[in-house]
Amino acid sequence: MESIDVSMDINEIIKPENLVYKKSSLFEEKPFSYCPGCGHGTIQRTLMEVVEEMGITEDVVGVAPVGCSVTMYEFLDIDMLQAPHGRAAAAATGLKRVLPDKYVFSYQGDGDFAAIGTGESIHTCNRGENILVIFVNNGIYGMTGGQMAPTSLINMKTSTTPYGRKQEQMGSPLKITELIAQLPGTYYVSRHAVHTPAGVRKLKKAIIKSFELQKENKGLCFIEVVSNCNSGWKMTPVKSNQWMEENMFPFYPLGDIKVDGKLVK
Amino acid sequence: MGEIKLMKGNEAIAEAAIRVGCDAYFGYPITPQSEVMEYLAAEKPEERTGMVLLQAESEIGAINMIFGAASAGKKVMTSSSSPGISLMQECISYIAGAELPCVIVNVVRGGPGLGTIQPSQADYFQSVKGGGHGDYRLLVLAPDSVQEMSDHVKLGFDLAFKYRNPVMIQSDGVIGQMMEKVEFFDPIPRSTEIQPWATLGRKGMRKKNVITSLDLDPYQNEMHNHFLQEKYRKMEMDEVRFEEYNCEGKLDYLIVAYGCSARVSKKVIEYAKNEKGLNIGLLRPITLFPFPKLQIEKLSKNVKAILSVEMSAGQMIEDIKLTVGKGVRVEHYGRYGGVVHNPEDVWNGFKEIFLNE
Repeated sequence: MESIDVSMDINEIIKPENLVYKKSSLFEEKPFSYCPGCGHGTIQRTLMEVVEEMGITEDVVGVAPVGCSVTMYEFLDIDMLQAPHGRAAAAATGLKRVLPDKYVFSYQGDGDFAAIGTGESIHTCNRGENILVIFVNNGIYGMTGGQMAPTSLINMKTSTTPYGRKQEQMGSPLKITELIAQLPGTYYVSRHAVHTPAGVRKLKKAIIKSFELQKENKGLCFIEVVSNCNSGWKMTPVKSNQWMEENMFPFYPLGDIKVDGKLVK
Repeated sequence: MGEIKLMKGNEAIAEAAIRVGCDAYFGYPITPQSEVMEYLAAEKPEERTGMVLLQAESEIGAINMIFGAASAGKKVMTSSSSPGISLMQECISYIAGAELPCVIVNVVRGGPGLGTIQPSQADYFQSVKGGGHGDYRLLVLAPDSVQEMSDHVKLGFDLAFKYRNPVMIQSDGVIGQMMEKVEFFDPIPRSTEIQPWATLGRKGMRKKNVITSLDLDPYQNEMHNHFLQEKYRKMEMDEVRFEEYNCEGKLDYLIVAYGCSARVSKKVIEYAKNEKGLNIGLLRPITLFPFPKLQIEKLSKNVKAILSVEMSAGQMIEDIKLTVGKGVRVEHYGRYGGVVHNPEDVWNGFKEIFLNE
């Protein structure tokens, strides 16, 4: 058995020069309500890192959805509004219209943005509201216990499609991101994932870019994060990330979809 | 003396919104109130005062934009008519739960369902009893004239901010569509006051502001509900508004009516006094919530009976009956489903109910 290096004691480890990573100071000292292994925590951590590093805490207002991230305002130390199910984009519109100099974002899941809120979602994008929409797509309703979402894949088993989603009965998974990318009001549309450090870094760059574009009033910026739901998918966190790579990514390919107002895919 | 204009009730709402320093209006077209947004658009409020005007994709979109803009502590307003107000109910419940100020105008039309575009007062239950899910109340104002359409916009914002509560102006297709003289209040500049609870970005060391109606812990949510109920009781103590008409001296009967039914009832009262020697008083609630219980109870002591006149199948009558108890006879008269009763209808109704026995 290899000997473990115990030459560094705790006081040395916590010395500033030995610090390799710390959570954003915009995180509250509260345990997450998210399941261990879920992507929400990583996405919100990345978002708060950007807000802190850009020094825009005093100018950011977020809109929380209904879904697993309904209480995200408990964890983030920024001003937030909690909107009715599906209406976060409309609430963000109202906020941004009266606060045109602030950075406004909505954070919405697939049920919220792409099912119950489809009308508000499409029209907010079409008006080109100067907001950032972070759309977390895990292909399932996590909060209510794993029911079929508009983005559930064909043959995907959920609690309301226990034998798999059938195209004939339930239609096809909705590629809402490709759909809204067609609208002139969207300026930057990009799809990401946070299951690898490289993916997190790419998401971070996309969020920075979106806030910079918002400052220039370029139009709506939209970031989809394809994420896992290990509880809803009934898998271990590791297995759920493998499953996501093998099944979600072929249907929801990562990368930029629209850049500088032009489709790239 | 303020500026006097001749205009429709709906237009007076819009003009008053600009004058009161409203920061934003979000709405969706529906008859019979589309003139509100049309008037605003023609007036270029963004140039007059910097007010934001946006036509939403639906009433659901509009009320959620209101929710967002209200959370910034701004003066925000929307208007619609019955089916559109029904669509807004979920978010109105959120706004009440999250305790945000805003003014919502309902120019009521006949229902149920798509009903008709003609005037009605059948949304009383919806306005006064909550409307959406959960235990909450709106402050409900009931204008009876184009003048009050303007006055109530100003009063509505004052009350909405005083109580951090949505205010409903419950008008109807008659008041909305008819033209009358209206004396406007002098324009008020848009407020630059920052509400301490508003989500404007967390400044410096201030604690974050969160606007939410969610309390997952039922005991906390019960506390929140207690607090809301106390607020509604305070409204009942301090904000009751009403008009008494022909209530001096010995009364034979009392009519309780609001909005355009009150105007019709005044004609009936004059006719009864001059032609029939009957003394009928009118109690016109100006606030439907809080309801003028004490005044109705007081007047009920010395009358033979009370007639509730309302363009509905009888909604306000329930509140009158709760107020006066079983000892006083209370009856309802009203044309409904979009039909406006004229003074003759109401007199005939009155006669049939009380005099033909």
